Amino acid sequence: MGAHVFSGGFADPAVDAARAFRTVMSVLARPGEVQNLAGGEPPQGLSCAAGTLLLTLCDPETGIFLAPDVDRAEVRDWLTFHTNAPFVSAEEADFAVGGWYELMPLTQYRTGTAEYPDQSATLIVESSVQGAKNAILQGPGINERAEMALPDIARFQHNATLYPQGLDFFFTYGSQIYALPRSTHVTPKG
Amino acid sequence: MSDYNFAYLDEQTKRMIRRAILKGLAIPGYQVPFASREMPMPYGWGTGGVQVSAATLTPEDTLKVIDQGADDTTNAVSIRKFFENTAGIVTTEETTKASVIQTRHRIPETDLNEDQILVYQVPIPEPLRFLEPRETETRKMHSLQEYGLMHVKLYEDISQHGAIATSYAYPVKVAGRYVMDPSPIPKFDNPKLTMAAIQLFGAGREQRIYALPPYTEVVSLDFDDYPFEASKAAHTCDLCGAEHSYLDEVILDDEGNRMFVCSDTDFCAKRQSAGHKGRLAGEVA
Repeated sequence: MGAHVFSGGFADPAVDAARAFRTVMSVLARPGEVQNLAGGEPPQGLSCAAGTLLLTLCDPETGIFLAPDVDRAEVRDWLTFHTNAPFVSAEEADFAVGGWYELMPLTQYRTGTAEYPDQSATLIVESSVQGAKNAILQGPGINERAEMALPDIARFQHNATLYPQGLDFFFTYGSQIYALPRSTHVTPKG
Repeated sequence: MSDYNFAYLDEQTKRMIRRAILKGLAIPGYQVPFASREMPMPYGWGTGGVQVSAATLTPEDTLKVIDQGADDTTNAVSIRKFFENTAGIVTTEETTKASVIQTRHRIPETDLNEDQILVYQVPIPEPLRFLEPRETETRKMHSLQEYGLMHVKLYEDISQHGAIATSYAYPVKVAGRYVMDPSPIPKFDNPKLTMAAIQLFGAGREQRIYALPPYTEVVSLDFDDYPFEASKAAHTCDLCGAEHSYLDEVILDDEGNRMFVCSDTDFCAKRQSAGHKGRLAGEVA
């Protein structure tokens, strides 16, 4: 294990996690809003925003699924040291991290039950390029309409039809983060 | 302050509450179960709201706490003190200066903005509880959107009283899906539930958290021929003269004299200092 495993956590855990959570809550409550999420310094293979998000929300009670592109020893060691979260299969995951195509198929994740739709997975979609805004969003958290860059349209439209079950998504790019909860209706732009 | 972790709760508890808040925001109006902790105050004093506030606050926040609209009641003062001591944050009584507002049973008269968060203390989160006592059944009713019983209750109001007599904790439908208890706010406040701020609801004893993202569609249940009415006492405030604020009735003596005053103390004080005068302004302090 390299020394980097033990560094890169929150400098002041209680306060940094509180600030990070407010950013996370804000972007999930307002689909389309893009914010900076920093504080954690994960090893290579994980973006700053995704690493900080996992530090903020994960602990021994949450199973993490690492998609093949982020499933590296450094990432596992770093997450284990800082969160002690167990690594699980996609079917059991509370949080799944990876590139969009590496996370497929979406049907393998838990979408909750009719009585407990909250027992569902949250996907953290990493991207290395910032795409053009190709989707129009409507629903809770949005004043009339918002726009967002999404890696797909049809899959998110299908996810919304499962409501109140379904998956929630965070999109991370460097230290930027935005989110798409299951409650949002997505239509293609233009 | 160094005697406590920031904002009193331990980090793992805050993470658990934060995850529940996020699920609540993703499924507006749905009651997310959470492992509510013992708090250093009795149930009914806002243990749910306090836990949600503790998981939400940052050192930069300015906290306002109201109890039935008032900043100066025991409950509000003690919760403000609690967070001053455990989180070292600044508190205020002014709605416009607060970034987080914890409330017991009122929405402030002043419109909230996008940078504010409203945290409700909720006694009974389940709107169907007094109609169906079994949790297993109410879960099923929510999953099947079986809300006929709630309409029957409102109908019985009309058949007995000639109008929908439910005046607080008036049920609402959120984003066309879940029927939600807006906590016992007066139904006068129901139209304000669609707002720019994030709204979080915490029920400590009942171990539930639910939420409304900004601008979520919130509709008060009613009938075509008996539409919802946001009612209030047909008076003006006797201190500041406000015509459209929610009023408390105060008995003045044993000869039937009474006065009506704004329940929102900050709103009323601001109006009085701006020179607005009500019927009894100057006579009663």
